[in-house]
Formats: sequence, C-alpha cells, structure tokens
Amino acid sequence: MEILVCVRRVPDTSENEIQLNSAGNDIERDELVYSINEPDNYAVEEALQIVARVGGNVTVATVGSEDDEEVLRREMAMGANHGVMISDEAFSGSDGRGIATILKGFVEKGHYDLILTGVQAEDGGAQVGGMLAALLDYPFASLVNSIEVLDGGKLTISREIEGGNREMNEIDLPCVLSIQTGINEPRYVGMRGIRQVASIPIPTFGASALGLDPGTVGRVAVRVKRVDYFVAALGKGAEILHGSREENIDKVLELVAAKGGLK
Amino acid sequence: MARIFAYIVHKGGVVDDSAVELAAAARKIDAAASPTAILTGWGADLDAACNALSASYAEVWKLANEALAYPNAELVRKALVKVLPSGSIVLLPHQHFGMDLAPGLSIKMKSTFVSDVVDIAGVEGADLKVVRQEFGGQVSAHVRCDLSSGAVVTVRPGAFKSLEGAVVSGVGGVIDKSSDIGALTAGRRYLETVTAEAGDVDITRYNVLVSIGRGIQEKENVAIAQELADALGAAVSCSRPVVDAKWMEKSRQVGSSGKTVKPKVYLACGISGSFQHLAGIKGSPFLIAINKNPKAPIFQVADVGIVDDLLEFLPELSNRVREMRTVTAK
Ligand SMILES: Cc1cc2nc3c(=O)[nH]c(=O)nc-3n(C[C@H](O)[C@H](O)[C@H](O)COP(=O)(O)OP(=O)(O)OC[C@H]3O[C@@H](n4cnc5c(N)ncnc54)[C@H](O)[C@@H]3O)c2cc1C
Repeated sequence: MEILVCVRRVPDTSENEIQLNSAGNDIERDELVYSINEPDNYAVEEALQIVARVGGNVTVATVGSEDDEEVLRREMAMGANHGVMISDEAFSGSDGRGIATILKGFVEKGHYDLILTGVQAEDGGAQVGGMLAALLDYPFASLVNSIEVLDGGKLTISREIEGGNREMNEIDLPCVLSIQTGINEPRYVGMRGIRQVASIPIPTFGASALGLDPGTVGRVAVRVKRVDYFVAALGKGAEILHGSREENIDKVLELVAAKGGLK
Repeated sequence: MARIFAYIVHKGGVVDDSAVELAAAARKIDAAASPTAILTGWGADLDAACNALSASYAEVWKLANEALAYPNAELVRKALVKVLPSGSIVLLPHQHFGMDLAPGLSIKMKSTFVSDVVDIAGVEGADLKVVRQEFGGQVSAHVRCDLSSGAVVTVRPGAFKSLEGAVVSGVGGVIDKSSDIGALTAGRRYLETVTAEAGDVDITRYNVLVSIGRGIQEKENVAIAQELADALGAAVSCSRPVVDAKWMEKSRQVGSSGKTVKPKVYLACGISGSFQHLAGIKGSPFLIAINKNPKAPIFQVADVGIVDDLLEFLPELSNRVREMRTVTAK
C-alpha cells in the first residue's frame, strides 16, 4: 500500500508560555519550541504499522519552508521511506483551503492508496484532511482511532465519537483519513536515528512542478485571514493563592473540607 | 445578508443542545436573521426532532431519506449540497460529526470554511469577523472570513448561550425538501457503534477527583496523584494525553471523548483547560487548579488557582492530609 502522510511543524503549546508581541498583532515567536504536530506523528506511526503488515511505502510531505525540514527528517528517522518538501513563494500565506489545494496538486502527481493527516493542528481547525478529500472526490473519515486493511481495496476503520464510543465504518480506497491521538504508541526517535537520515535528499516541489495556478493558492486566494491576537477573559478568573506552599496547602484543605470533600 | 442555515444534530428524536446555540450564533451574525434549521434523517425520529424545533426556529427544512437514518457525513453532505442555496451561511456544531462533515461541505458549496468559532465579532463589509482560540486557548484571535460566496462555520459547543428573546413563533413550520435529494451512495458505509468499555474504577461516582494532565510528565508519577486520592478518599481521573500515552485507562478520561463527571471538588493538576476537557466537568464543582504556567487557561475557569509544580505540591499535600487524619483519629 502506498501511503502519504501530510505533516506539519507547529509550536509546542505544552512547552510554551504564549505571549503577545508589543504590537498585539502576533505572538512572540522567537523563543518558541517547535515540534511535529502531535496527531501527525500518530498518523506516521499508523502508516508504518500498516506497511509492516501489508507491505508498501510511506511518504511524508509538508507544505512549508526550510525550517520545516526537521519534521520530515524526524519522521523519516521513524521509518518513513520518503520525505517531500512542498514549497514555493507563491504558497506563503495560504489558508486551509489553499493548503488543501496544494496537497491535491501533489497527490495527483503520484499514486497513493491512502492519505493520512492528523486530526487537527495547534492553530488550524481540523480542516485540511476533509477539504483535500472533497477536492479529490475521495471518501473521508475524521477522528480515526483504528484501521484494519481488508481485501478488495477497502478498510474497516473506527471513528472516535462522544463518550469514547467508537463508530465502525467500511471505507473504499483511495481515501483520506484524519488520525486521532492515542491510536497507537509512536516509536521513539533518538538523535542517532535523525543523524542516519540526515543526508537523504528531500525533493522540493513548487507551484509549476505541481501544475498549480498561482491564483488559487497563497495570499491572493485567501478567504480566511487572522487579523490580530488578543487575550480574552474566558471566565470570572480564579482566586490565585499567593501564600507559601505550606499556607496554600492548608488553604486547599480548608476549602476541600468546606465543599464537603474531606470525609 | 446571506441566508443562514443551522444543521441540527439529533438522536432518537431528541434535538442536541447545539440547536439553541446555533440559533444564538446566527443572531450574533445578523440580529435580524431568521435562521432556518436543516435536519437529515429518517422516520419518526426525524419527525419528532423537526417538530421539537418549532420553538426556536421559524422555519425547519426536513430531508428524509432511508440512507440518512444514521448520519453518515458523506451522505449528509451530498444531500445538503442538493438543497442548500449557493451563497448560504451554514452553521454546525464543532464536535465529531461537524468535524467530519464541515470541511468537505465547504468545498462542495464552494464557500469559505472557518472552524471552532467561540464568538462572533460582527459583519464588516463582505467579511464575517469571528473569534477563535489558538495555542490551547492561551490566546484568542480575530479572524476575517470572506462571505461573498457563503460560508460553512463550525461553532464550539457551549460557547453561545441561548439569547433572551431567541424564542420565535413557528411561522414557517416544517418544510419537506426530501424529494430534492435524489439517490445517495457513499464510499464510506456505517457498520455499528461500539460502546466504550467500563474500567476498573468508576470516576463518575466520586465526590472528589484528583485529575491529572500532561503535566504529570511520566507514568511513574501517576502514583503521586494516587497517594493523594487515597488520602482524600478520592479517585484519580485524567485528561486525554494521559490516556493517549497509556499511563491510565480510557475509563479515567474526563471530557467530550471521555466521561462526564459531577464531583463536588475537582482538583485539576497539570491540566491546561481545553474545552474538550472542560466539557466533561458538569454540575459546577469547586474547581481547584494547580499549574506551573500562570497563563494556563484553566485559571480562568477555576475557583482557586495555585501556581506551583505539581510534582512537589501534591506529595506535600498528601503528607498534610495524612497528618490531619492521624490527629483527628487520636
Ligand atoms: C475531538 C477531540 C476530542 C478530545 N477529547 C478530549 C477529552 O475528552 N478530554 C481531554 O482531556 N482532552 C480531549 N481532547 C484533547 C484536548 O484538546 C487537549 O489537547 C487536552 O485536553 C490537553 O490535555 P492537558 O491539559 O493534560 O495537556 P496540555 O494542554 O499539554 O497541558 C498541560 C498543562 O500542564 C502544565 N504543567 C506541566 N508540567 C507541570 C508541572 N510540573 N506542574 C504543574 N503544571 C504543569 C502546563 O503548564 C500545561 O498547562 C480532545 C481533542 C479532540 C481533537
């Protein structure tokens, strides 16, 4: 099975305290720690496990720039056979539809039985996979948390629905699936593994190589655009305890008892 | 102003809470809007859901087809594309079904897509200005969406409360659009629903939950939370990353894709406060948050917050509880 996994490099929010810049139009990006978008990493692991069972190849691709190459190398170190950089000046500033349009161009240059994405990216919104499928006229399923390959160009998949219940579906290949976290246990990647793939060439594809009309991607085609960032007050705000640790502990116990917790 | 439709999720004849929230969102887009509810399904369940909506929507479009008895997003999309006027604004809830349907629907409607909207800032010229959250809710952003060819918008569950005066009289009633759908086939076929397994501990039965998130950092540290729970007579629950990492069973997960709990006291330890997590905490428990990041969104919804390292705070808290217990036992 030929599997394409679309991946992205994102700021790691669990590692970062996000600050607004002084102008308020962006976040401070200088000190951010970046890594592979977490669900994308599960998607790559799933692709590797499928190929281990039924044979085939895993290609990881990203729409990005030089800085994003590190995530391709990381996933190649995990075992992906090929890494592909999809990059062009004309692509910058693309919205979700633009990214899906670019990926469609790439998919049509090759032959893939199965295309995986992560369920969502940190600042995205669970859009690219479903859009890509619709542009290609492939079947799509979101929030996939198990995949079984059947004979005759079909898969049985489960989708995660409310309360942790699973919706079982049969889906025809080729198709696009967005992968939910927890579907597997992604293998560990060490520095050594990354060094081993450091010299493997990563081909780059631009707008003309993909036969894309520059008017359909990038800034010129944007329909959704972020105008500013701000910090919103979501709720009334907690009373923050400013005492010493001992004082805070006593206060917590007093409150737990008062609320009927300590019995 | 474009016509606004709200796709209504329903099950067993009962309309989902999102129905009133979508109506509220529609009125924030256009105060004069009279949004149309649109429902797909089959049989008596669909009819019951349509009738139940006449209090909150002036007009209800019914799309009945046996193939739509179970909401398969691909079939639903094909049916909607047949009946929705081009240029419409379509609202859906941002949950598993909306996430499945909405992106592809926007492509087939040739309209703009924006997801997980938490507020509407207004309409400016040809643009709809919405509020989204990024970076795990640490910051919000205003986003402009071009409405010139319509839009598909998914709305965060719980973000829009039903508005005063949102109740309308059923003037239009239920309009049957079923004959416009035609034959439906899909490359994806629903088989069955498998319900989640019950676990070793039923977290829904406890008054106090010590709930741990990614901040617990490794599997070995789960014992720190268990010690505190034992001392308090509580149970340990957790957020999704803890389950994804296989540090705890799925049955311990609180949230939209886990359990719904109603404790008296909820201690959120190393949990950032995502909306999917908060969706599982009901009954307004007293919420105490321990987090080392003073900007963590959990502090906005908690009653009391402590900015500290949980790996140090929790063991000391456990010791103090045990001390108290021995004193009172004497
Ligand atoms: C469709 C869907 C369904 C989902 N369903 C659920 C669900 O049911 N339940 C759920 O929980 N999530 C769910 N999620 C995931 C959700 O979006 C968040 O990713 C998740 O809740 C984050 O968990 P967290 O707060 O533990 O981790 P993070 O957001 O990474 O936060 C970790 C927090 O720990 C703090 N921390 C780190 N170290 C320490 C320390 N030593 N001491 C104190 N604090 C520390 C950090 O400051 C941070 O605030 C779902 C996501 C999707 C897409």
